[in-house]
Amino acid sequence: MRIRSTGVVVASVLTLAAAACGSGTAAPSSSSAPKNNGGTLLIWADDQRAAALKPFADKFGKDNGVTVTVQAISKDQQTTFVTASQAGKGPDVMVGAHDWIGNLVQNGAIDPIQLTDAQKSQYADIALKAVTFNGQLYGVPYAIENVALIRNTDLAPTAPSTMEDLVAQGKALKAAGKVSNIMALQVGQTGDAYHIYPLFTSAGGYLFGTKSNGDYDPTDLGVGKPGSVAAFQKIRALGEKGSGALTRSITADNAIPTFTSKKTAFLISGEWALPDIKKAGIHYDITPVPAFAGGKPAQPFIGVQAFYVASKGKDKALANEFVVNYLTQPDLQVALYQANPRPPALTAALDQVKASDPDVQKFLDAGKGGAVLPAIPQMAAIWDPFGKAEAAIIGGAAVPSTVAAAAKTITDQINK
Amino acid sequence: MVPRTLAGQAGKILLLGLVTALAVWGAQPLVAAHAWVALGVLVAVTAVIFLVYLWRRPVPAKYLLPGTLFLIAFQVVPILYTVSTAFTNYGDGHRGSKQDAVVAIQSASVRQVPGSVEYGLSVATTGDPATGDLVFLLADPAGKAYLGDADGLRPLPAATVSGGRVTAADGYTLLNLGQASARSREVVAFVVPTRVGAIRANGITRAYEGEASQRYDPGCDCVTDTASGHVWRAENANGYFVDSAGQRLPQGWKVNVGLRNFGSALTDPQIRGPFFGTLVWNFAFALGSVLVTFALGLLCALAMHSDRVRGRSVYRVLMVLPYAMPSFAMLLVWTDMFNQQFGLLNRLLSTNVDWLGEVWTARLAVILIQLWLGYPYMFLVATGALQAIPRELAEAAEVDGAGAWQRFRAVTLPLLLVALSPLLISSFAYNFNNFNAIRLTTEGGPFPASNPTAGGTDLLITYMYRLAFGAQGAQYGFAAAISVYIFTIVAIVSAVSFRRTRRLEEVYS
Repeated sequence: MRIRSTGVVVASVLTLAAAACGSGTAAPSSSSAPKNNGGTLLIWADDQRAAALKPFADKFGKDNGVTVTVQAISKDQQTTFVTASQAGKGPDVMVGAHDWIGNLVQNGAIDPIQLTDAQKSQYADIALKAVTFNGQLYGVPYAIENVALIRNTDLAPTAPSTMEDLVAQGKALKAAGKVSNIMALQVGQTGDAYHIYPLFTSAGGYLFGTKSNGDYDPTDLGVGKPGSVAAFQKIRALGEKGSGALTRSITADNAIPTFTSKKTAFLISGEWALPDIKKAGIHYDITPVPAFAGGKPAQPFIGVQAFYVASKGKDKALANEFVVNYLTQPDLQVALYQANPRPPALTAALDQVKASDPDVQKFLDAGKGGAVLPAIPQMAAIWDPFGKAEAAIIGGAAVPSTVAAAAKTITDQINK
Repeated sequence: MVPRTLAGQAGKILLLGLVTALAVWGAQPLVAAHAWVALGVLVAVTAVIFLVYLWRRPVPAKYLLPGTLFLIAFQVVPILYTVSTAFTNYGDGHRGSKQDAVVAIQSASVRQVPGSVEYGLSVATTGDPATGDLVFLLADPAGKAYLGDADGLRPLPAATVSGGRVTAADGYTLLNLGQASARSREVVAFVVPTRVGAIRANGITRAYEGEASQRYDPGCDCVTDTASGHVWRAENANGYFVDSAGQRLPQGWKVNVGLRNFGSALTDPQIRGPFFGTLVWNFAFALGSVLVTFALGLLCALAMHSDRVRGRSVYRVLMVLPYAMPSFAMLLVWTDMFNQQFGLLNRLLSTNVDWLGEVWTARLAVILIQLWLGYPYMFLVATGALQAIPRELAEAAEVDGAGAWQRFRAVTLPLLLVALSPLLISSFAYNFNNFNAIRLTTEGGPFPASNPTAGGTDLLITYMYRLAFGAQGAQYGFAAAISVYIFTIVAIVSAVSFRRTRRLEEVYS
């Protein structure tokens, strides 16, 4: 009896195992069937872009007899991509911000691409500069983003010509009880290097010097130099112990709502703020972030979104073909603009979009003369200490010692 | 002798079948990856499962096996993996092997030869499109056709060029995009040597003449720039190539660094300086969180335990509500409430306190948030424990003339503590590493102007996270070494507390 029941169990289990085996071996052969006839291309993008890319990917696949899959990665795209690439499970094409490039290159995750001069001439110069790292082009750019001054035209009809003018207008509005804040520039308790950068550069600061070939030079750190101390002095004068234009109470979460609820007439933010502003029905205008009177130009950071060819992709030839020769068509960039309204990097696409959306050109104008967001890996060491120094100084901390402490932390991290 | 039922037997067959199916499913990628050791482990585990459940003898093992397997898979293996990572420099820029790094360096240095022309490319073969030897049929901008293979470039007279590409050639079958892409690896690896470099595919329809400007030489174990002659030598102890001026190539590789990560966590002045203060606050935070939540939870439970309270079920639901809400969202909402200018708290109290900007108010704030999030849990467990204490004990004490406070102090509380101590200890261990409670509220701040790396509310875990991931990308090796330290601290504290609890149990049981 005992033997028999054990025998039954073993036999049944073997049958089940055989079933598992059968389905298991059947699956790869069915999925490899199209691969033998054509090829497969896997693209990773964030949720919004994945949806916009889908029709173009499908068309590319249908036209060329290949299977193209677009997969939405909703969180931590960069880390996910690097980890998956290393494990050999990554995509063939990745979509993401240009300041990832330094990290992606040091992890051997992306390959340089070759564009012809004719192709290059179709792109905005700043976009190509952004995706260039160590003299090599690493991605095909499709959108440009930067911050600008967004102004409530009912509260402030004229665009301020200088930062001092902006503060004066804001103060007058505050004194009249029309607003509660002079302007909304997100700081929070830990600061925000990205949004403060136009003010920092206008007051004479910089993050990294540039090499002769135009690349950022990690050995020339601007934080801690006399220019940065002077710049933070000016920022401190706008802070809580000064005019109050900058305050740690304005955070990433409440900066845009402060503007849309008419508590301030001025907002320093990017294209991503517009949907909320339009929904709130606010009359607005977009102008460049004003410089300090007699100061240097206020340079916002220029960020670029791009397509990358993964080094460890399974079908690199097709990935390269898709990125270099197919993505250069304007229609796709217009569709990506509609999914997420930022100015397209392709001049032809920009011209198409400009006609229906004047804001696009205004943001581009605000970005003129901006500084490309550094893509070098050393930039990762800047964000945190710089932001905290900014927050402390806006809260009223002494400038020289705070900047020196931040500079020391950054230098230690870079040399580690 | 356990009676056999048909359902039990069928269940056994199904579950063991499932195990086998899982094992077969898991074995396939292992075979494909030639991971024989892992495959051996898989086979052994499956065999053990079968042995234990088909053989009647090992009854205790039948109960222990699933738990043991899960314990090994989800507790022991991650700990071992963390510890082994702690001995390497694994992290951004040091993820793969040296071979990977060399390939990455060389392929990242391929540049178009200055002044060279771009070709239209057609991938072709003389044989079958799926298997035949590949050749490149190239068309230069002037419309002249060439044949390119491993022997170099030569003119191809009998070819039709249209649209910048060869569209037909005698004796050759042209591959369409799909066919060429199916042989992607061969197309990418195909080079047509030229005088100065080599013609490579740029996608599938174009080709360019490129040259790798950086080459690895195993002889000197170094990378040389062919144009400038610049040399980067391998530092195999650190996992990167470095030149004489100390400048590294970005692509490095993973190496064993021994105890260096453990050592630098102790000797780095950036860590050593604020470490003690952070540790003290960490203990205060974990203890404080447990004590205040337990006090409030117990108070509520005692109130709800009394028969004199009406509508107890309504109150109970209301009190458990914070527990039912997602803590991530609640942490963010609470942070907003502490905002100096717009926060609810300052507006309600008509104050202008910079809650999260001052060290002590920020510490108070995070404990308050913990109190709100944590007391429902303590309320629930205390309610359960209270109901388990026989009422006769309190009544007997009352007969003996004890007051309410005395009854609580001498009878209820000690009995409660016997039941709840293990929960309090695990709650302490959890709060000791409560990353979200800090990361999503103060982010460790406020930070002294003199040191942006250690904030007033930083726990060891948030502080170490900043050190390990705040620099040039993630440093998993270093982070793992820190985790081992924190693990040791928590383990010691828990072990000591459990020993004390056991003594408590002996006293009261």
